[in-house]
Amino acid sequence: MRTIDILLFVVFPYVAVALAVLVGLYRYFFDRFSFSSFSSQFLENRALFFGSAPWHYALLIILAAHVAGMFTGFWSRFIAPPSRLYPLEAFGAALGLSSVVTLAVLSVRRLFNPRIRKVTTLPDWLLVIVLMAQLAIGVYVALFYRWGSLWYMYTAVPWMISLAKFQPAIQYVTSLPWIIKLHYLGGFLLLAIFPFTRLVHVVVFPITYLWRPYQVVIWNIRRRFAPAR
Amino acid sequence: MDVRAQVSMVFHLDKCIGCHTCSIACKNIWTDRKGTEYHWWNNVETKPGTGFPTLWEDQEKYRGGWERDPRTGKVRLKLQGKLGTLTNIFYNPYLPRIDDYYEPWTYDYENLFNAPLSDDQPTARPISMVTGEYIDTVEAGPNWDDDLGGSPVYADNDPNLKNLSPEERRSMQELGNLVFFYLPRICNHCLNPGCIAACPAGAIYKRGEDGIVLISQEKCRAWRMCISGCPYKKVYFNWFTGKSEKCILCYPRLETGQPPACFHACVGRIRYLGLILYDADRITWAISQPDEHLVEAQRTVILDPFDPDVIRNAKANGITDLMIEYAQRSPVYKFFKLWKVALPLHPEFRTLPMLFYVPPMQPVQAVQRNGVYETVDAGQAGLAPMLAALEKNRTPIKYLASLFSAGNEQIIREVYHKLIAVRIYMRFKKVGDVTPGDVQRALQLGQTTPEECEAIWRLTSLPTFEERFVVPPLAREMAVENQFPELDPERRNFPTYRAEVGFGFRKAPERRW
Repeated sequence: MRTIDILLFVVFPYVAVALAVLVGLYRYFFDRFSFSSFSSQFLENRALFFGSAPWHYALLIILAAHVAGMFTGFWSRFIAPPSRLYPLEAFGAALGLSSVVTLAVLSVRRLFNPRIRKVTTLPDWLLVIVLMAQLAIGVYVALFYRWGSLWYMYTAVPWMISLAKFQPAIQYVTSLPWIIKLHYLGGFLLLAIFPFTRLVHVVVFPITYLWRPYQVVIWNIRRRFAPAR
Repeated sequence: MDVRAQVSMVFHLDKCIGCHTCSIACKNIWTDRKGTEYHWWNNVETKPGTGFPTLWEDQEKYRGGWERDPRTGKVRLKLQGKLGTLTNIFYNPYLPRIDDYYEPWTYDYENLFNAPLSDDQPTARPISMVTGEYIDTVEAGPNWDDDLGGSPVYADNDPNLKNLSPEERRSMQELGNLVFFYLPRICNHCLNPGCIAACPAGAIYKRGEDGIVLISQEKCRAWRMCISGCPYKKVYFNWFTGKSEKCILCYPRLETGQPPACFHACVGRIRYLGLILYDADRITWAISQPDEHLVEAQRTVILDPFDPDVIRNAKANGITDLMIEYAQRSPVYKFFKLWKVALPLHPEFRTLPMLFYVPPMQPVQAVQRNGVYETVDAGQAGLAPMLAALEKNRTPIKYLASLFSAGNEQIIREVYHKLIAVRIYMRFKKVGDVTPGDVQRALQLGQTTPEECEAIWRLTSLPTFEERFVVPPLAREMAVENQFPELDPERRNFPTYRAEVGFGFRKAPERRW
């Protein structure tokens, strides 16, 4: 085991997760005002329509597939028949491509629309660049190292599980082609920069809206004298 | 009966001169910041007109407020269901854009001083306050259609003209019959707010004790559904901080016994503020009524603060004796519930707005006969035309009904008959050129009494500062103390209440990440 491998595939993932959790919590409790999606739809509508909605949906499906692949028992049964594996690979590549295209639309909008440029900060650019690189690498891997939905289960998944168990087993990933290793590290890089960027809006997705009553009333006196309602 | 208190408002449109002093008072205090340049928490519109933002009343365009299913009588958000909110969260198809308001600008004043010597006068070109770049043509601004009643570009596109006959529309544009009036608007602090219901993050809330609707800046995540959900377009998006903001009814002023800044500044003294007691249990019933019954239903939600049963229930709900006393003195209660001369704006949005308008008296139609310009039906004796000519108002009843009564013309007629009766009765008393017969007829038509006329006249024309603004004793500080009754100076266990009262902001509200 080379030192560089240990740094990249053991130390870095732990640092990334620690950053995500600790900085994320710090930001949530000490600067909750900054938790926002910073939507710019109000300033520009049209390019956002072609960018934002398809981008988010494509990415959500891709992420869901990456998570599902971690449940190797279920996943290996799911992709066993070639009639499923082939369309799945094609679908994944298509989603990956569309996410690259829509992110490009969003980046161009951010770069060339003067209104949007005004509400773009340095962390935003950092996020766009890392995301773009990660997506592009992902699509490249999907196209040139096919059957990723298969070999993912025997490389990244055992490696991440070993990390979660605090028994790092980096032999699962160290001998892979460097581009695939880059994609794996990119995932943890995203995790590391997540608390410093607007990506934090992911963890405050308002799912509670589904069961919350429509109206919100906040009492200062907490109706101390009132019958409980 | 679940009695709650609400700080509520009346705007007397007869007295509004459209000077925009209210807007400036508000702007100077609250929205003189980056990202809020285009916010007009208080704005004054010319009606007929398209308003601010453009065509805000057109809910097919913006989908604000609630709509009633005519078959089941159930009410739902017009914007979308809850699942729709979450699936449309990446792109809200009904969100107004900044251009529906206007791109805020300043001028390049420096050029007036620094321009090099030239044959031409230097000019101060407009500069966008969003991008900082020059704007070639300023295409919209606040009060862009100010005083443009009758204009084919603005007034003609007023959504309230939709149900008017072509003849009525034409008459409103005739040069001799042109008419417009002013409509000042702030947040209505509704009982059933569309903004709160539409906010997926639960950042918007109604204060239980006084009904003021606020947005928690710490909970707002820029999902921006509130902007669509409010049918009055009174939630504004701060494009710089990525947060929604709205009228806060100057609660820091209210809590210290002062009326809100726009009320205080009003030159025409058109504004009234007071406490109202309402029955929260009747809200669901009231918003489910068919259009023509909405105003009456809202009057039923408002309770009589002198009714012993109401008082008992109010006390049971923790409303203090002093608050009840102020509710009894409330001018809003008188205008809306007792005298029934004030009406909510667009009740068909079904948010139960708590800002009421006394509709403006309208000039009657006039014609030129033999070179003499005279009102229609003039020539009859006394003030009879004033009574008879309601149908010949320059502003058709139908138009006012579209604004103030969800299309119920009978309610508008009743309000105007009473307002006319007040005038005729007071003219009878002060000038004496009205016959007692006319007065009797006017009182009968207006379903009013001399005493009521006198009271309406008094509160309309001669109210003191304290009569206009019956600022309730909110006693917010006491409410906080009440929660911690066992303060012990010996042990110095004074709680700090951080994040419970006051603004609580330690850092500038701007982007840091």
